[in-house]
Amino acid sequence: MTSHELAFAVLAVVGLFSALRLVTTKNVVHGALYLVITLAMVGGVYLLLAAEFVAWVQIVIYVGAIVVLLLFSLMLTKAPIGRAALDNQQRGVAAVVAAGVLAGLVTIIQGAFSGTKFTPVPSRTAEIGASIFRHFVAPFEVVSVLLLGALIGAIALARRDEP
Amino acid sequence: MIHLWLPLTFSAALFAIGVYGVLARRNAVMVLMSIELMLNAVNVNLVAFSQTLKNVLLTGQVFALFVITVAAAEIGIGLAIVILIYRNRETVNVDEINLLKW
Repeated sequence: MTSHELAFAVLAVVGLFSALRLVTTKNVVHGALYLVITLAMVGGVYLLLAAEFVAWVQIVIYVGAIVVLLLFSLMLTKAPIGRAALDNQQRGVAAVVAAGVLAGLVTIIQGAFSGTKFTPVPSRTAEIGASIFRHFVAPFEVVSVLLLGALIGAIALARRDEP
Repeated sequence: MIHLWLPLTFSAALFAIGVYGVLARRNAVMVLMSIELMLNAVNVNLVAFSQTLKNVLLTGQVFALFVITVAAAEIGIGLAIVILIYRNRETVNVDEINLLKW
């Protein structure tokens, strides 16, 4: 195991542990803070995979914006504490389904990619920009209009109607 | 050098944890957080395959950026709906919301 893979394993273990705590914690606000750790570890994984721009976008958008949005919505709604308030009665079934998904995916991965290795080649931000604005202009425009529509829709939904 | 199964297994475990969260949680905000976990798992896969296949256009990374954008749109709309439902029903538990059931 190379040092690269060791660093990867450390990030993955920390990220998976806090993801597990996120879905089992009894306090919603703690859940949001565990989400921060998981998202930051995923950002670190992007850095180890030499995808620098995606890593910083992950930190800025997810940790910076989405978690703050989640915390604000927890503030505006009731943030109950306790297992009965947060979990429904299907925990056993849910655990079985999740274990089945994990077992199936790991079996497929080990069968198809167990011998594949790769050396991450750093991709500069300029290359990603050139790729987006030369070859993916139409999807980029569609996604920006989608984001605009979604945000206007969110404002229209959440604002209080003045009498 | 890094084995491809490492990032793939990480993303598979993250996805399975997200599935558990979506199925077992009843608070709508926690369900949305679990959906974020699943979207992140997909992004890890996209970036790992982008580095493996050595695509000149970096399609995997560009697509991961698009997925992040769509996730931001989804969380904005989702939280607006959650706040609206809380204002009308005084609850955000997904098993108590039956407005579309008959």
